Order: sequence, then C-alpha cells, then structure tokens
Amino acid sequence: MVEEKKQLTLVLGVIGADVHAVGNRILEYALTEAGFKVVNIGVMASQEEFIAAAVETNADAILVSSLYGHGEIDCRGLREKAVEAGIGSIRMYVGGNLVVGKKDWGEVEKKFIGMGFDRAYPPGTMPQDAIDDLLRDFGFTQRR
Amino acid sequence: MELALLIDFGSTYTKVTAVDVEAVEVIATAKGLTTVDTNILEGLEQALEGIKPRFGGVLPEFQHRLACSSAAGGLRMVAIGLVKELTVEAARQAALGAGARVLGVFAHQLTAAEIEQIDASCPDIILLAGGTDGGNKDTILHNARMLAAARCGNTIIVAGNKSAAEEVRDILVQAGKDVRVTANVLPELNKLNVEPARETIRATFLEKIVEAKGLRRAERYIQGILMPTPAAVLNAAKLLATGTGEETGWGDLVIVDIGGATTDVHSLAEGHPTRSGVTYKGLPEPFAKRTVEGDLGMRVSALSLLDTVGARKLAVLSGLPEEEVVSYVHAVHGNVELLPAGENQKIDTAMARAATDLAMERHAGTLETAWTPMGAMYIQHGKDLTKVPYLVGTGGVIVNHPNPGEILQGALYKQEQPTVLRPQKPRMMLDKDYILAAVGLLAEVKPTAALKLAKKYMVEI
Repeated sequence: MVEEKKQLTLVLGVIGADVHAVGNRILEYALTEAGFKVVNIGVMASQEEFIAAAVETNADAILVSSLYGHGEIDCRGLREKAVEAGIGSIRMYVGGNLVVGKKDWGEVEKKFIGMGFDRAYPPGTMPQDAIDDLLRDFGFTQRR
Repeated sequence: MELALLIDFGSTYTKVTAVDVEAVEVIATAKGLTTVDTNILEGLEQALEGIKPRFGGVLPEFQHRLACSSAAGGLRMVAIGLVKELTVEAARQAALGAGARVLGVFAHQLTAAEIEQIDASCPDIILLAGGTDGGNKDTILHNARMLAAARCGNTIIVAGNKSAAEEVRDILVQAGKDVRVTANVLPELNKLNVEPARETIRATFLEKIVEAKGLRRAERYIQGILMPTPAAVLNAAKLLATGTGEETGWGDLVIVDIGGATTDVHSLAEGHPTRSGVTYKGLPEPFAKRTVEGDLGMRVSALSLLDTVGARKLAVLSGLPEEEVVSYVHAVHGNVELLPAGENQKIDTAMARAATDLAMERHAGTLETAWTPMGAMYIQHGKDLTKVPYLVGTGGVIVNHPNPGEILQGALYKQEQPTVLRPQKPRMMLDKDYILAAVGLLAEVKPTAALKLAKKYMVEI
C-alpha cells in the first residue's frame, strides 16, 4: 500500500533573517529517515522561496522553522501567497521560538493557526511529534 | 603536416582560419561575405581565396575541416519552465550554454497569447522544462497541450519532470512535432543539470537546423558544422580554463565578447563565496555560464546601447559632446559596416567600455547585506568572480583596438559598487588574432593542440 500512497514531499526551511542552521539539519535528517522526501531550502529563506519550491516540487506540505523570535512578522501572509500561487490548500506547519519572551503557548498557537497554519509547535518539540502528526494528517494509519 | 581548416559562418562574414596542428601555429586567416541566401559555398570560396597566397596559390589538403555557424539568425530558441527563478532560469541557462539566441522565456501555464508570441518569433527549437523530478506535472502537461496547437516551433526538446516526460512526448508526437526527451534541467530543487539538455540541443542543431538554414551544401566540402558559434567560444573557454590530460589550463576565467548585435560574457568558475560568513541563495549557476546582452552591441544594437547607457555617460567616457555621440551612434546603427575614424574612435571606445561594464555587472553575482538580530549577514546570489585570475577580451572592437585594456577595464571590480562581485585583479588577456571560435572547433578533434594554440595566441594586455 505504501507504493500507492506516494512518498510525501516536504519543503523545509528557516524563515526570515534567521540563521539557525543546526536545528534545520537535524530536522532534515529526522524527516528523511522517517521516509519523507525533504526539499530543504535552508536558512534565511523568504516566503517567496518557500512558495516557489513548493510549486516546482509539487510539495505536500511546507514546514517553517523560526528560532529568533520574529516568527510572527516573518510568517504573516505566507498562506495568502500560497493561495495566489495556486497552492492554497497545501498544508503548513510552523515551529520553534516563534515569539519573544514567555508568552502563553495557547495564545501563540491560536495566532499562527489564525494565520493559516495547520499546526504550530512550541519550543522543545521533538521531531518525532511532528512526524507522527504529518503521517496522521496525510492518512497514514501506521508508521512505515 | 597536419592541417586544420576552421570556419565560422557569421551573420555577415565567413571567417576561415588555417592551422598547422603539429607546429601549433595559425598559418592564415581570411574572410568573405556570408552567402547563406544563395549558396553558402560562394562566401566560403571567397574566404578560401584569401588564404591561398599563404600556400603558394594552391589549397593544400586539410585533414580537419570543421565549422561553426551563427548565420541565418543563429540558433533561435524559446525556453519554457514553471517558476521564473527555478526551472525557467535553468532552461534559459541550458539554451544559452548551447550557444542559442534566446528569443523569449515563459513561466507557468502558457496562454493563447503567449502561443501567438511563440508563433510570431518562430524559434528553431523550443526547450520545454517544468517541475523537478517527481514534482509538478500539471504545468508541463498543460504547456505540451498548448504547444501541440502552435503552428511554429516543430522541434521540441523536453527537459522537465521525468514523471511527466512520456506523457508530454505523446501529446506532442500526436500533434506531429519532432520531440526529443532528455534529462531534467532541474532534477532537484538545488541541483542544476544543464549538460544533457545542452548536448541534446547541439545534436538537434547538427541534425536539423543546419539543414533548415541552407548550410547543408557546405557539408560536402567540410566535415561538419559542429555547433553554433557562441558554443564554440564557450567550448574554447572551457578548454582554456580546465585544460586537458596532457596540458594544464589557466584555471578560472571570464571572457568578454563584444559584437555588433550583442555583448556576451562567459565565466568558467564555480563562483562559490570567497569570504567567510557568506550564505549562497538561489539557483546554483553552471560552471560554464554564458550571458547574452541583446541590448548592448556596437552596431545593430547601438541604439539600444545608447538608450540603456545614456548619452551623458558616453559623452563623459569619450570626452566629446552629447550631440556628437548621438549622431555617431545613429550613423553606425544605420551603416553597420562603418568603421570609426579620428575622434569617433573615442565614441566607439566609450560604447565598448560601457557595454563591457554593464554586461559584466549583469553577469556577476551580487552580495546583499541582511541585518539580523545577530548582526550583519551576507547573502550571495550568483557567482563570486572577485578572485578570478584571467579576464579575456574578444570581438571585433576589442581585437582591433589600439588600447584594448581601456575597454576591458570596464569589467573590473569597482569601489563604488562593492556589492557586485566582478573580477578584482585579473590578468587581462587579448584574443588578438580572433581565434577563440576556431580553438573551440579544433578542441573537438585535437584538444591539447587547441589548448596550446589558445595559450600561444592570447597575449597579455
């Protein structure tokens, strides 16, 4: 059945002027190990780069990391750009230190869901949590 | 004696170069008017008459008789992809590197109006890309269906998403198109793969375009028209940079080729960041990169050069009044055979220098400063050519100039433009006998001899 359900393609990157490369590499490794096709656009990725990469590779999901606290400004409008580019229904996930300081996570999550993300993850999330969610969201009932 | 006859069928002149391969020596060069409309051989014979005296009035037996051509409009292509910065750019790079004149590039799903545009320009070859391997299929399939209905452009090379390639071919074959499928120009997002497409373009050029342009007659006399002339120059550049098994090359280099219609820049360099702390962004560029500036030329494109650069700048560079510059530019545009005399030489020099400057600016990579919470970060787009050790000048205006260095200096790094990664302190070389295209041809059969020839005839400025 794995053959029929094609390998999922994920666009992965660190948004904005953020240069945190280590987590990005770890995520790429973990996601690739879990069987995904990872298109890693690396650090300092603009919204346009995420969209262009997703269009060209026909990606199933966009995974945005932001570690430096400016996530809210950097991520705003990404969903709208995807809609404009004709991939409005693509799934989007975001995680990292999305905002500065100790804000209530529930509020932060709500804010990012409101921006059009399907899921948002707080600091300290393990890659496996996101992998489990991805598989569930795309209808894989059991791990490959 | 092993002799080679190397022929360049240009748009105006047919140039021949006779080379003694063993002695690594150019024996004679001559030119005749290109006669592609009547019988291509007439112009060639005229040129051959010109070299006869050097052989005592009788043409000897040439073991190698090879030609390149930019006659009859050169190799005219259209490149199609999906996203402008990605597969469209990859397809454009593949076409340029094959020596084509790129008439237009198209992104996303083609519209009826764009098909009309393609029909109007009627390209020799259409390069159809789109989607990484396993990526987007819809656009390339849509574009194949649109192209199936086009009247012009019957030769189509497919270099897109491999998962859609067969379906694309079927659609086009059913419409009666001649279709060749080759490897994707962008198999993965960060992996440019232009060589297979370049090879396919060249093979198609040999097979079909030579015939269509009335060049086939010439093939009775010569062994083959191997490639478009710009591809021969790029071939020579590659050889000069990388060398052969027996003879080392020069290493990285940049060639500026100023013609009447275009200014071409070739860079043979990886162009990775030379400074630490610089992040590379965007599509990787090919080691052998060619850019063509259709608005910067000395004759046919003189008016667009004037528009782009501005009369004031040309006036400052030449030290002559603006009115004089403008009237000279109009004169040479109207009469492409006009050669500069007296004061006008200064205007030609200014035009060539401005063309070199702008063509190099557009070719070289750039450095962008991004202010982040961690301080200033540098992002590089395109190639860093600052440490390239050689800069070579070719093309009529440079080759025949009393002080070619004056023109070539336009390509160098500028203090006031620190974000453009131009060569900083290269050795400046001159293709004084105008033999680079011939070297590129000879490289096909005798690479080491061709390399030695190039090294021998390039002189330092």
